[in-house]
Amino acid sequence: MTATTLELGLGPVLFYWTREDYAAFYSAAADWPVETVTLGESVCSRRRDMKLDDWLGIGRELAQSGKRVVLASQTLIESEADLRDLRRLCDNGEFTVEANDQSAVQRLVAAGLPFVAGAALNLYNPASLAVLARAGMQGWQAPVEMSRDDLTRLLADCRAQGLDAPCEVFAYGHLPLAWSSRCFTARRHQKPKDRCQFVCQQYPEGLALRSQESREVFTLNGIQTLSGACQDLCHELPTMAEMGVASARLSPRAEGMAEVVAAYDAARRGALPARDPLALVEAEVCDGYWFGRPGMDHSQTASPG
Amino acid sequence: MELVCPAGNLPALKRAVNEGADAVYFGFQNTTNARQFAGLNFTDKRAGEGIDYAHARGKRVFCAINTYPQPDGWAMWTRAVDQAAELGVDALILADMGLLDYAARRHPNLDRHLSVQGSATSHEALRFYHEQFGIKRAVLPRVLSITQVRDLAKQSPVELEVFAFGSLCIMAEGRCYLSSYLTGESPNTRGVCSPAAHVRWEETPRGLESRLNGVLIDRYAEGERAGYPTLCKGRFAVDGETYHAIEEPTSLNTLELLPELQELGISAVKIEGRQRSPAYVSKVAGIWRQALDRVARAPGHFHAEPAWMAGLGELSEGATTTLGAYERRWK
Repeated sequence: MTATTLELGLGPVLFYWTREDYAAFYSAAADWPVETVTLGESVCSRRRDMKLDDWLGIGRELAQSGKRVVLASQTLIESEADLRDLRRLCDNGEFTVEANDQSAVQRLVAAGLPFVAGAALNLYNPASLAVLARAGMQGWQAPVEMSRDDLTRLLADCRAQGLDAPCEVFAYGHLPLAWSSRCFTARRHQKPKDRCQFVCQQYPEGLALRSQESREVFTLNGIQTLSGACQDLCHELPTMAEMGVASARLSPRAEGMAEVVAAYDAARRGALPARDPLALVEAEVCDGYWFGRPGMDHSQTASPG
Repeated sequence: MELVCPAGNLPALKRAVNEGADAVYFGFQNTTNARQFAGLNFTDKRAGEGIDYAHARGKRVFCAINTYPQPDGWAMWTRAVDQAAELGVDALILADMGLLDYAARRHPNLDRHLSVQGSATSHEALRFYHEQFGIKRAVLPRVLSITQVRDLAKQSPVELEVFAFGSLCIMAEGRCYLSSYLTGESPNTRGVCSPAAHVRWEETPRGLESRLNGVLIDRYAEGERAGYPTLCKGRFAVDGETYHAIEEPTSLNTLELLPELQELGISAVKIEGRQRSPAYVSKVAGIWRQALDRVARAPGHFHAEPAWMAGLGELSEGATTTLGAYERRWK
């Protein structure tokens, strides 16, 4: 695989946007140089502005623009209602599903459908990848905390064992780090989760959680906790291609995403942009996980602390 | 309902058994288990002694091999599985799909329990692990309400074990990477959360400060009770407010739910805390033994004795306890 064949994948929007914002975002994304677009609500079942049919409609338009479309399943499944939604998603009849929980894998295996394995399925070794390959896995994401060196080794071991499903790396965006049954955004607004009034829709890029010294530690996004800094592996795309990574995932943000995609597209063609794409958006940057360090670290700056 | 107690070392194992544990769980001295603390856990020899001690008293022993085999460490994890099997444990507590597959093929007659780190929160997920690896039991993550546990229990293809008492993880276990984001080490990769090697305490003019790899987790005024800087239990600033933005320092205590858990057909209640002292394990096991005996005799007349609650309260983080996600309004 050469550098020019590294694909770009647009991840699902992790935040809760308005219908209008999703529509505008994906209408623009139809023209972006990404091969795959993963759609859907993967964080919270209470976010109901978008129904499955709405996602399917967006998916069809993107497919017409030549994108490979994947539907993301919810990561934390808690109730029978969650399972009913999951069943409908898996039975959509058109698009491949990204399984973000074993509940989804079970549904898809039972239906004899192929699937993509999300990062939260914790695939750290060839044996677990082999289990899912037998179950119908067609692609997988590396765990967000996996380093370049570990992934290099894992990919080599997979090849040696004939496991060749394409691997995607989370390259850009605030890293999804945890899921809880508690909603931290509602907690900030002193509302119970059952009557959250959808306050997370007020934060299209999440709500910053800072240390008492004003350092951005995490980003609250409803029941999900993201990294405080924005991961950026733009300069690592040539290395990823050499390692045999198939795709780099770019996680949507509300502002400046077209510029981020353009920069990554240039980078995968070997033209590292003169400007860091992050200069276009306001966020601290990190790349520690990739270099085998704490995730929050950044290779271009002194170690924090 | 079976009382499952933690054993960080041989003295803790013995005291748990003496105080009425029906089963104890332990791990080896490496990153194959989710409580990797210096000076904790078992060598082969000690594990053998512990298993003999428990078996001689009719009690069971489970071995936790519940971290995720890393790309350069597969042999260490499979060796742990083989060692546990050779030692004669009664069940393996596993999380990784590859390791579950290995154990099912290599040691088909040894019971496999799905660790809480396997993140199974629905009967569909449980069915996956059951069909793929023949698990006999699953430990449920601490994210479900009692109503959700009820729904799940009705359709579960396997025995269920729930957390009863101890430190409260409020993130879905097995899918929390917060610790490695700050320190490079997580429960999945290294069997640690907010590891002590990265903790720094400092007296400053602003108060006592606790840091994790340099990040300020909390700052205490004089006379305030300071707790271990577990990263999700610090005080942070969100939108101009400084508070316990994720969770307060508190422990889970589900004692008052015992009759309901019994009615739902829950097979076992688990005490967290392999990192705790033998004295702690002994006290907690003793109280839960009494409570379980009481609920078995007369579930309709059960109430949590004030003495039990006070005893457990003293052993809790921040001296407070919560029902956590079991109670809807906690969320």
